[in-house]
Amino acid sequence: MSKYTSWGCYPKIDQRGVCLADKRGELPATPESFLPYGNGRSYGDSCLNAEGLVVSSQALNHFISFDPQSGLLVCEAGVKLNEILKLVVPHGWFLPVTPGTKFVTVGGAIANDVHGKNHHLEGTFGCHVKSFELLRSDSQRLLCSRDQNAEYFAATIAGLGLTGMITWAEIQLKRVPNPAIKMENIKYQTLNEFFEISKDSDQDWEYTMAWVDCIASGSRLGRGHFTRGNHAGAHQASPKASSKTLQVPLTPPISLINPLTLKAFNWAYYERQRQHTKSAISHYEPFLYPLDSINDWNRIYGRKGFLQYQCSVPETHSYDAIKELLGRIASAGFGSFLAVLKVFGDKPSPGLLSFPSPGATLALDFPFVEGKTLALFKQLDDVVVEAGGRIYPAKDAHMSAELFQQFYPNWRELEVLRDPKISSSMWRRVTQE
Amino acid sequence: MQNIVIFGATSAIAESTARIYAERGDRLFLVARNEQRLNDIVADLQIRGAQSVDYLIQDLGELDQLEVCVAKIKDTFQRLDVVLLAHGTLSDQPACEQSLDLTLTELKTNGLSFISLLTLLANEMEEQRTGSLAIISSVAGDRGRQSNYVYGSAKSLVSTFSQGLRNRLSKQNVQVLTIKPGFVDTPMTAHLPKGALWAKPEQLAEGIVNAIEKKKNVVYLPGFWRYIMLIIKHIPEFVFKRLSL
Ligand SMILES: Cc1cc2nc3c(=O)[nH]c(=O)nc-3n(C[C@H](O)[C@H](O)[C@H](O)COP(=O)(O)OP(=O)(O)OC[C@H]3O[C@@H](n4cnc5c(N)ncnc54)[C@H](O)[C@@H]3O)c2cc1C
Ligand SMILES: NC(=O)c1ccc[n+]([C@@H]2O[C@H](COP(=O)([O-])OP(=O)(O)OC[C@H]3O[C@@H](n4cnc5c(N)ncnc54)[C@H](OP(=O)(O)O)[C@@H]3O)[C@@H](O)[C@H]2O)c1
Repeated sequence: MSKYTSWGCYPKIDQRGVCLADKRGELPATPESFLPYGNGRSYGDSCLNAEGLVVSSQALNHFISFDPQSGLLVCEAGVKLNEILKLVVPHGWFLPVTPGTKFVTVGGAIANDVHGKNHHLEGTFGCHVKSFELLRSDSQRLLCSRDQNAEYFAATIAGLGLTGMITWAEIQLKRVPNPAIKMENIKYQTLNEFFEISKDSDQDWEYTMAWVDCIASGSRLGRGHFTRGNHAGAHQASPKASSKTLQVPLTPPISLINPLTLKAFNWAYYERQRQHTKSAISHYEPFLYPLDSINDWNRIYGRKGFLQYQCSVPETHSYDAIKELLGRIASAGFGSFLAVLKVFGDKPSPGLLSFPSPGATLALDFPFVEGKTLALFKQLDDVVVEAGGRIYPAKDAHMSAELFQQFYPNWRELEVLRDPKISSSMWRRVTQE
Repeated sequence: MQNIVIFGATSAIAESTARIYAERGDRLFLVARNEQRLNDIVADLQIRGAQSVDYLIQDLGELDQLEVCVAKIKDTFQRLDVVLLAHGTLSDQPACEQSLDLTLTELKTNGLSFISLLTLLANEMEEQRTGSLAIISSVAGDRGRQSNYVYGSAKSLVSTFSQGLRNRLSKQNVQVLTIKPGFVDTPMTAHLPKGALWAKPEQLAEGIVNAIEKKKNVVYLPGFWRYIMLIIKHIPEFVFKRLSL
């Protein structure tokens, strides 16, 4: 069993890897290619390199400096976001941007230029990175920032690990009055309503997103729960985090997610809240990381693994495109527990191939079913292309070279700055001529 | 606030353990031979909240230096609350079979250096009548196997020595904890394929701190290794010698 896997376990790759011993270490001098590897929380094959090695940042897990006055943090690239929170929250600081799991490394967060529920105000993770060191296979160490080696800075943010190994990074944290979240959960009936609530919430709510019932169709299409939150005021007593974590003990031979369990779950989840709006003060963990309390939850999809489909579509086409996507998913009868809808903002990222752009983003998980999953994805791709949208590489395992090159016309600039010794399974797939 | 001393502080298991104490605001004294890596660790532990972090660069295979080393620690800490011995090398068994020099070096690193330190530290602990000596041995010390009996016999020496020491120091209210990890995913074992039995250094660290607090004598970490080793120890020798373990 390889310990280097992707979160979706699809495609199945028996990945070989080595660890960089410390931040002064050298990259492997083997003839085969390699790829930096963080914590394998990418769903598809962007964190794997079937034809060569991965180089794990696992041992690069030290803090280098932290200034509780300015909120400037310097740490090694393998430090995970949960460690950062543990350190900085007691000092009144918070991550400026965080994805839906805290078990990602700083290097991984930069290489995919991850976004969170506050994208409409704070942009991507890369917007808050001041500098980092990039180790190249020829042993060069480039100090990269907006002013120094600026082309490498831009290409490495959302650079899919291809420009070199980030050894450490400097991040500007965010001051918060309280780590706890004052939140509202609004049960809404139609897709139109989603867009209205989202628009109303954009200015005054830092975190916004919705869970969508992807089984609902017809007039109920797009119904769901809109969740929005702000950091609570300084004097609000913070609720305790639950220390309970569940563990999925093993991978069942077949997926536990099937049309029956799916229907039951989506119905129950939608109906769990009677009233229209529910407010609460929540610890930040269940609010930002609802899935992190179940260890290895990806196992429930069985040995064949699963895929996530995350796309974004531009503002002008948002409503129509999302409607069409949800329609196609509902009629396939083949959705997931986790369908997430959010509207991105327009804060530009320094990253060359950054995924978010103004408009709506939809993300859903699907078990891998022979002949079925990829056929549905093909149908969804057509909608995304038509709307002028794109697919998120961090979640992808299926995008064709043709689509990728259309979605990310800058890819050739990245290719020029790519370290000649670095490659990935995804990169080979999406850059085929 | 406790005074914590760690030998082999650059070990992955030791470092994870040090982080737990640092986050509690304890005072640490670290001993290791790799200066640059130790510097990284010192800065990290300070940021994580350690009250103070002192350190000494020392190759623990230099047995004649260890007395001075322990004396320097005593200059910093009058009282030793927890002392963790964590250094070690996973011996290359086939290479040892071809080299007496290498075999003896391995026995020195994994066996004699522990015996030296424990001999010196035991007297300090005996005098202060308090504190914990936590010693990382290994399940490999429970039974000699063809695939790693050089490493295993060094660990066996450490286990038996600490057992005797426990017997002696229990009268002085000093805990002697023998820690027997199974497979742990650390740089020491980076070259080995990993399966379901493998634990993470963080898990080990929690187990170690827990066992120290509970004043345990011997712990297998993770706990299921107690049962695996129970079986392995009870296979009759006439059967065992034919196996390729
Ligand atoms: C439950 C869950 C929720 C998620 N929610 C979100 C979300 O809300 N928003 C979002 O944007 N993403 C989300 N993701 C995806 C995740 O944030 C990204 O895939 C992230 O990049 C994973 O980081 P990692 O440390 O696991 O890196 P890996 O997955 O191991 O690697 C990711 C990429 O980073 C590169 N890389 C890793 N380390 C380095 C380094 N030191 N130097 C250079 N390159 C490096 C790799 O080569 C690879 O290309 C989610 C994932 C999960 C499992
Ligand atoms: N990993 C396992 O599966 C496992 C299982 C059972 C027991 N153990 C034991 O657990 C302990 C910790 O090991 P680990 O798994 O954390 O491996 P590790 O990270 O490789 O740590 C071993 C450490 O020992 C240090 N060391 C070796 N020789 C030394 C010397 N002569 N002087 C000073 N330091 C020396 C090494 O320092 P350098 O970096 O300078 O080389 C390294 O930091 C060891 O006693 C090991 O035998 C481990």
